[in-house]
Amino acid sequence: MSARVLPYVLILPVTLFLCLFFLYPFILVSQQAFSNGSELTLDNFREVTSHWKFPISMKNTLLLAAVVVPIQVALALLMATMVSKMGKGRDLVLYIWTIPLGISDLAAGIIWLAIFDQSGFLNSMMHGLGVIDKPLNLLSYQHPGVVFLAIALAEIWRATAIMLVILVAGIGLIPKEYYEAAEVFGASPWKRFLRITLPLLRPSLQTALVLRVILAFEIFAVVAALGGTLFPVLMGETYAYQFDLLNSRAAAAMALIILGISIGFTLIILRVLRVPKGASI
Amino acid sequence: MAEIQIKNVAKIFGAYQALHDINLTIADQEFMVLLGASGCGKSTLLRIIAGLETATTGEVWIGGRRIDHLSPKDRGIAMVFQNYAVFPHLTVFENIGFGLRMQKLPNDEVTRRVEKTATLMHIEQLLKRYSGELSGGQRQRVAVARALAMEPDVILMDEPLSNLDALLRMEMRAELKGVLADSKTTAIYVTHDQVEAMSMADRISVMHQGKIIQAAAPIEVYRNPSAEFVASFIGNPPMNFLPARPAGAGRWTVAGQTFDGPQADRAALQFAIRPEDMQPAEQGLTALAKVVEPLGAHLLVTCEVEGKLFRVILDSDMKVRPGETLTLAPQPDRIRWFDPETTLAVA
Repeated sequence: MSARVLPYVLILPVTLFLCLFFLYPFILVSQQAFSNGSELTLDNFREVTSHWKFPISMKNTLLLAAVVVPIQVALALLMATMVSKMGKGRDLVLYIWTIPLGISDLAAGIIWLAIFDQSGFLNSMMHGLGVIDKPLNLLSYQHPGVVFLAIALAEIWRATAIMLVILVAGIGLIPKEYYEAAEVFGASPWKRFLRITLPLLRPSLQTALVLRVILAFEIFAVVAALGGTLFPVLMGETYAYQFDLLNSRAAAAMALIILGISIGFTLIILRVLRVPKGASI
Repeated sequence: MAEIQIKNVAKIFGAYQALHDINLTIADQEFMVLLGASGCGKSTLLRIIAGLETATTGEVWIGGRRIDHLSPKDRGIAMVFQNYAVFPHLTVFENIGFGLRMQKLPNDEVTRRVEKTATLMHIEQLLKRYSGELSGGQRQRVAVARALAMEPDVILMDEPLSNLDALLRMEMRAELKGVLADSKTTAIYVTHDQVEAMSMADRISVMHQGKIIQAAAPIEVYRNPSAEFVASFIGNPPMNFLPARPAGAGRWTVAGQTFDGPQADRAALQFAIRPEDMQPAEQGLTALAKVVEPLGAHLLVTCEVEGKLFRVILDSDMKVRPGETLTLAPQPDRIRWFDPETTLAVA
C-alpha cells in the first residue's frame, strides 16, 4: 500500500467510530434542539432560558465550578508536588489518593450523604460530643450553605485525583537540571515552584483544567444525591426536561447550551495557558 | 579573592564511596579542570562545591569563608550545566537575568548586566528568543552568559561543551578560555575530554575512582605523570609501557636493551615512553610493525615489542609497511619509570 494512502486507512476505523457514535447523535440532538417538529426554530432555547429555574441553575453550576475547580487545582498541585518529592512509598500514596477516581459519582454522593444526613456520621459525632442535643437536618432548605458545602466537598473529594494524576505526570517531565539551575541562581523553594514548576507545567495544567471544567459543568449525580431539588444545576434540569417533563426538544436545547459553555471555557483556558512558540520543554 | 579550599571531602552514597578524602586548593582566578572518566567522582565533587550535593565529611572554603553548610545562592558561585538548563519558558534576556532578578536588583541594573554579558557572548541579537528557537551552541552561550551575569567569585562548569559537535566545541573552547580569563573569576571545569583539559586548564586534577591522582599544570601532567593511571589516561595514544629488570648501578634492561634509570632497589620497574618520543636509529628497541595509520601530520604505527603493544608516532614522510621490523631509540630525557607494585612514578 502506498505511503500516501496508509495514514488515512489507519485513522479510518476511529473516524468511522467517531462519526457513528458521536457526530451522528450530535446531529440528531442539534436537529431536535433547533426544530419544533416541522421547521427550524429557536423556540426550544427560548423556552428553557425563560424558565424561572434557568438563571438559578446556571448560577449554581457556575458558582460550584468557580469554587470547586480552583480548590482542586491548588490541592492537586500541592499533592502532586508532595508525591514527586517522595522516594519510597510514592506509588502507594498515589494509589490511595486516586481511589475516589474509581468510585462512581452517584456512589460518591451517597457516601457524603451518609455523612451529612440527619442520621449520618456528622450528626452522631456532634451529638456524641455534646455539641448538639438532637440531630439536625443539615441538607434542607433551611441550610443552603451546608448543602452547597456538602456538594463542593463531595466534588473535591471525588474529582481532585484526576487532576493529580495529570499533574504528577507533568511534573515528572520537567528535567531536574532546571531546578538545580534555579537553586544555584538563588531561587527559594517557593520561587522554584512559581518560576519553574508552574510555567513548565502549563501544558498539563491546560489538559487538567479543560477536563475538570467540562466535568464541572456536567455535574449531576452528586448534586442529585445531596441536594435533590434544593440545588438546581443545568444538567439536573436537562434530566428533568427529558425524563420528568418528557420534553426531549427542550432537553436537547439544554444539552447544547452546556456544550456551548464548555467550548467557551475550553477556548479561554487554551488561550490563557498557551505556551509561546519555542518555549516548550 | 576567591581561593577555594577543599579539605578532607568524602562522599558516600549508600554502600558506594564516590569520593575518598579529597584535598585540593585552587588559587584565586585559577582555571582548574577536573578530568576523569565517567564515574570517577568529578561531577560529584563539583556538585558538592555548588551545594547541590552534601559532602559526607569534610569542608569547603571559598575566599576564606567556610561555605559547605550554606545554600547554593549564598556561596558566591554560578554554574554552567551539561545540558545547559536554559529555562524553556523564559526568553534569552530573562534567562540571563534570572539570577539577578532573584537578587532583586533594580530593572536598569539587570538590563545593563544582561546586555553586557550577552554582547560578550555574541548573543545580543537573540535576547527576545526562547530556547526552543536556539541552536545547541547558542544555548551554550546563554548558559555561560547567565553565569557570568552574576559576576560570581567562582564559576563551576559541568562538561559544558560535551553536547556540541566537534568543530563548535573547538571554537567555544578557545572563546570560553578567553572570556573566563577576562572575567577574573576562579573556574572549576569538569570534563572527560583530555584535549579540552590540556588546552584550557591552568591546572588539571586527574581523578580516578573517587581520588585525585595528580593535580598539576597540563604539561607537567603530560610529561611527568605521577602514576601509571595518569600516564595511560592522558595522551592519545597513551604512554607505552614495558617491563624492566635491574642491570645494576642504576641501569635497567628493557626488551634486551639497557637504559639509565633510577637508583632504586626493586626487582622490577615499568619503563614508559610517549609514542612521539622515539626515533628510528641504528640501536634501540626492536619493534615489529603491525598496523600503519597515516594521519596526515604524522604516521601512527602500532607495533609489538616482545609481544607487548607499543605505539610510535613517526614523521609522515617515513615509509613503514606492516610486518617490517623497526629499531626505535627512545629520547633519554623523556623516559619515565613506574613501580609496578604501587603504580607510582619512580625518579
